Amino acid sequence: MNLYRILGFGTQGWGTVLLLATLLTVSLTLTALAVGAVIGAMVAAAKLSSRRSVRIVGEAYTTIFRGAPELLIIYLFYFGSSNAVTAVARLFGAEGFISVPAFAVGAIAVGVISGAYQAEVYRAAVLAVPPGEIEAARAIGMSLSMVWRRVLIPQVVCYALPGIGNVWQLSLKDSALISVTGLAELMRTSQIATGSTHQYFTFYVAGGALYILLTSVSNRIFNHAETRVGRSFRQTFARQ
Amino acid sequence: MNIDFDFLADTLLKLLAALPVTLGLLVSSLIAGGLLALVIVAMRLSPLWPLNRLASGYLLLFRGSPLLIQMFLVYYGVAQFQAIRESFLWPLLRAPFSCAVLSLALCTAAYTAEIIRGGLQAVPHGEIEAALSCGMSRFTLLRRIVGPIALRYALPSYSTEVVLLAKSTALASLVTVWDMTGVAQQIIQKTYRTMEVFLCAAAIYLVLNFLIVRALAWLEAKLSPHTRARRSTAAEPTRAVSSRESNELQAGLTRSEPISDSDL
Repeated sequence: MNLYRILGFGTQGWGTVLLLATLLTVSLTLTALAVGAVIGAMVAAAKLSSRRSVRIVGEAYTTIFRGAPELLIIYLFYFGSSNAVTAVARLFGAEGFISVPAFAVGAIAVGVISGAYQAEVYRAAVLAVPPGEIEAARAIGMSLSMVWRRVLIPQVVCYALPGIGNVWQLSLKDSALISVTGLAELMRTSQIATGSTHQYFTFYVAGGALYILLTSVSNRIFNHAETRVGRSFRQTFARQ
Repeated sequence: MNIDFDFLADTLLKLLAALPVTLGLLVSSLIAGGLLALVIVAMRLSPLWPLNRLASGYLLLFRGSPLLIQMFLVYYGVAQFQAIRESFLWPLLRAPFSCAVLSLALCTAAYTAEIIRGGLQAVPHGEIEAALSCGMSRFTLLRRIVGPIALRYALPSYSTEVVLLAKSTALASLVTVWDMTGVAQQIIQKTYRTMEVFLCAAAIYLVLNFLIVRALAWLEAKLSPHTRARRSTAAEPTRAVSSRESNELQAGLTRSEPISDSDL
């Protein structure tokens, strides 16, 4: 069977390569999500700041990176990062053109985009924490850092979880655009496979099926996590 | 670092010349996707399980995979079959523009369907019961009550979806449509000035998206006049003014605004 051979795991098959590419897509998206979490937290803090100038910077960040096409942002980072790194290296006396690894560029570009979306998620989550809880924590003498650690952060994580699930799905799909930089993640690998076998339909369907597998499995995981987190929310004072 | 304004102006003009292609992609896929979304919602909400399952499967397929792979599947993948290359659909599936519109429409239909479903389910049950007890037919109910309310609920998420679609049209450049992103790449191949050209393109997309958001927000405000606070009452709680000033303000408002029909 021809289809079985080219999609299988033998020497002629693309099965192993496609699965490895899927792993690369997952690790790329995880890295991007981590980068985005750091950026998102900072931008959310900026948007919630009491200083107007800081707020404007935060607003500008989310407007730009949610308003410009992902493809353009990835192109900008792909071409821009190598130029920037080369320029910085030249300041320190290095010579020649330095290219940044495609994985790093991809993770940073998708991370910057997901950071803008994550900032909105965190901001909404912080606003969802009842102000009375913070006041109560301050009133019993908790220091600000302890209020953050014991009261604010745990609740923000819970409130933000559904939103983070959405951002994860978005980033997973954005990571397919990294294929334009030549990084052999799932999308790019499907393209290479179609090029070498001329089975365009087969391999794009196979790639798409693997993406759907990823999104539905991660959807399950997030739903499970949400119900677990929801359990602590339902626990009321009266029940104990 | 000095800025070459002549080059920037020239690039902006060249990119704006490609704006009609981007807008064409956006508008035609919005219309086609919107119509398809209505069909999918009807199927999704149907009590017949085969229709229901079919719609759920569609949503899973098109929301679960990246648009890029869908677009490549339509543009490159479908051509693998001899039967399609000989069918009447081939002129449509051969052209990059119609392929891009088709895949954008298929994708946005899935997201729009979920938005419409959310809007329909947010319609308060009491309103439907009230309409039915007035003796409205199912069609009148949909046209007069459910439709307008659902539209208002759905508009904010729909404006997000339109912006996402406007950004997604950039992917059409990867299947050789000369939209703004495609033209930007063309200019870069000639001039090797990556950053300036891409920043110009990003600026145009930003303005476009800003206008989309504003237009839909205006539409939403226009469609929901009843939620707007009346001016005479809104002046009190929102403004922190001294009692004397607020009295003057109220007096001013009552003088200038006679009681309107809606107040009676």
